[in-house]
Amino acid sequence: MTTTVPEKQPGREPAERLDERLIKTSPLKKLMGRPELGSVVGAIAVFVFFSVFADSFLRASSLATVLYASSTLGIMAVPVALLMIGGEFDLSAGVLVTSSALVSSMFSYQMTANTWVGVGVSLLVTLAIGAFNGFMLTRTKLPSFIITLGTFLMLTGMNLGFTKLISGTVSTKSISDMEGFESAKDVFASTFTIGGVDFKITILWWLALVLVATWLLLRTRVGNWIFAVGGDVDAARAVGVPVNKTKIGLYMGVAFGAWISGQHLLFSFDVVQSGEGVGNELIYIVAAVIGGCLITGGYGSAVGAAIGALIFGMTSKGIVFAEWNSDWFKFFLGAMLLLATLLNAWVRKRAEAIK
Amino acid sequence: MARFRTWVSIAVAGALGLSLAGCSSTGGKRAEDARKASAARGKAAVSTPRWTFAMITHSGDGDTFWDIVQSGAEEAARKDNINFVYSHNDEAQQQAQLVDAAVDKKVDGIIVTLAKPDAMKAAVARARKAGIPVITVNSGSAESKKFGALTHIGQDETIAGEAVGEELNERGRKKALCVLHEQGNVGHEQRCAGAKSTFDGKMANLYVEGTNMPDVQSAIEAKLQSDKSIDSVVTLGAPFAATAVKAKQDAGSKAEIDTFDLNEKVAQGLRSGDLGFAVDQQPYLQGYEAVDLLWLYRYNANVLGGGRPVLTGPQIVTKDQAAELEEFAKRGTR
Repeated sequence: MTTTVPEKQPGREPAERLDERLIKTSPLKKLMGRPELGSVVGAIAVFVFFSVFADSFLRASSLATVLYASSTLGIMAVPVALLMIGGEFDLSAGVLVTSSALVSSMFSYQMTANTWVGVGVSLLVTLAIGAFNGFMLTRTKLPSFIITLGTFLMLTGMNLGFTKLISGTVSTKSISDMEGFESAKDVFASTFTIGGVDFKITILWWLALVLVATWLLLRTRVGNWIFAVGGDVDAARAVGVPVNKTKIGLYMGVAFGAWISGQHLLFSFDVVQSGEGVGNELIYIVAAVIGGCLITGGYGSAVGAAIGALIFGMTSKGIVFAEWNSDWFKFFLGAMLLLATLLNAWVRKRAEAIK
Repeated sequence: MARFRTWVSIAVAGALGLSLAGCSSTGGKRAEDARKASAARGKAAVSTPRWTFAMITHSGDGDTFWDIVQSGAEEAARKDNINFVYSHNDEAQQQAQLVDAAVDKKVDGIIVTLAKPDAMKAAVARARKAGIPVITVNSGSAESKKFGALTHIGQDETIAGEAVGEELNERGRKKALCVLHEQGNVGHEQRCAGAKSTFDGKMANLYVEGTNMPDVQSAIEAKLQSDKSIDSVVTLGAPFAATAVKAKQDAGSKAEIDTFDLNEKVAQGLRSGDLGFAVDQQPYLQGYEAVDLLWLYRYNANVLGGGRPVLTGPQIVTKDQAAELEEFAKRGTR
């Protein structure tokens, strides 16, 4: 038996040795492979749609309103997207925002403390709840759906129970006359003016979170870990990725987002209603999914989630600007979201075919 | 684990240290305690047997309005030597089951809301059959008598809405916005429809997501930006009035904000001029009267109004009464 060694082809050799991830691709192809591409196209479509159908949509002040609505969602959608890339869900994210605001308000009030103390205590408590979610998940190996559903229910009850127990009513007392309120308001709920138009500071928080999350995902080792645990946990563990730490960290990331949103809620409206926040967790997940995150994990981007939030903000406020009959509000909202997501999926499929 | 414990103790120590160091010399609990000392805390004024009355409402979790109803009922219960039990559920079926449970416990009187009357019909009938007197409160004035309740205590939502329309006319308003924070709530629709029927100008409805304050704010803002001719905004719940004021300021609109229901912030808003008027249905009265009338019936077989609905509202509250009401709202009884 003779073995025939194939003749060496000097020109092709380097390409064969290279890892497929290192193959040079054209910038266009690179762009087409990005997870947020579909949502960008969707966002442009929604934007053009409302620019045509709603007279006042294109005014600068209207856009500021849309950006505000998007930012309050986006602050949560970005860490939720990271968590989803890591392969997990958080159903407690919506009420956690309310919890965070309640802790901060009630601690300051009951202790008659400077409001910044309440803000600090709230950060600790909120992060602890996030860590609890992650810890329970990694310890019990139960699905995140069950764990966070449990937390969701417990937090809903605790928000109400503690508020009633401590304040005697279901909403907190106003802390707007307390020391430190004004400076905290500047940080979490102020406005800034560009060209005569007032923008909410939440927009800056939102952008900052997108930047940090994107840097974390694409430029650091932690980012690789997140993609790895979301893609294949066993494989990730086998190559030495600290799976548990990564997941706990991701839940704490969501908690951090909830803390920012919660403080915004508190310092923007001074009084917090303990029953709020239920249902918002689904909207965060929707925003992340529209932004290209796979529900199964391992794929997605922070920018995409931010654009998903933008689509949601544009749709929900665009319907008002267009002055459509408000009886149909939820129907329009659902239809627009479905369309945006379908468009997103279609664009992604095309992009993958080209690649 | 040891390291974990160290971290926890550092966090706790830090929090305590901060709270001791960072005290606020204004507002807070200390200021409230000073105020509370002035509020009355009644005790039993009668020596009738300790009857048990159950109140079952359609309230969702964490509703400010029902909190005030409850505090009125509790105040009357203290005075009348009543053991007062409160439960609630916003699902009609669950609420009916709670009424059934109260009947099973053989309470001495039942107070119930008929927000979804059809679902409650059988449960109320069962209570009557068991010989338990029933009083309906808040919603269901049309069905109350039909179902065999002694009397109904509350505000007719349509009448309350009509009062708003008339008040808007008096203030010379031309274009109003009615902000509904719960889609599909019959009472909300009745309020807006009532206002529309007496208002001479134009009135449009706007639905907002009541559980998401930033959304409420941006939705009202968007509406005011898209239609500059809106000169008044009517919210259907007290917490939403303050949000509407913020939305108006951010949108640069001159619209007047008016609201249904009252709370501390609304009273403040009325005093400062941020709000035009509030329509109060006096929830405290709904709870207080319900317990008191049940007691009167048990003790003396009295039925107020001969079984006709007893109205607790609408009372239109403006700047004139604001200062006085603010104190009462602060202690949670208005």
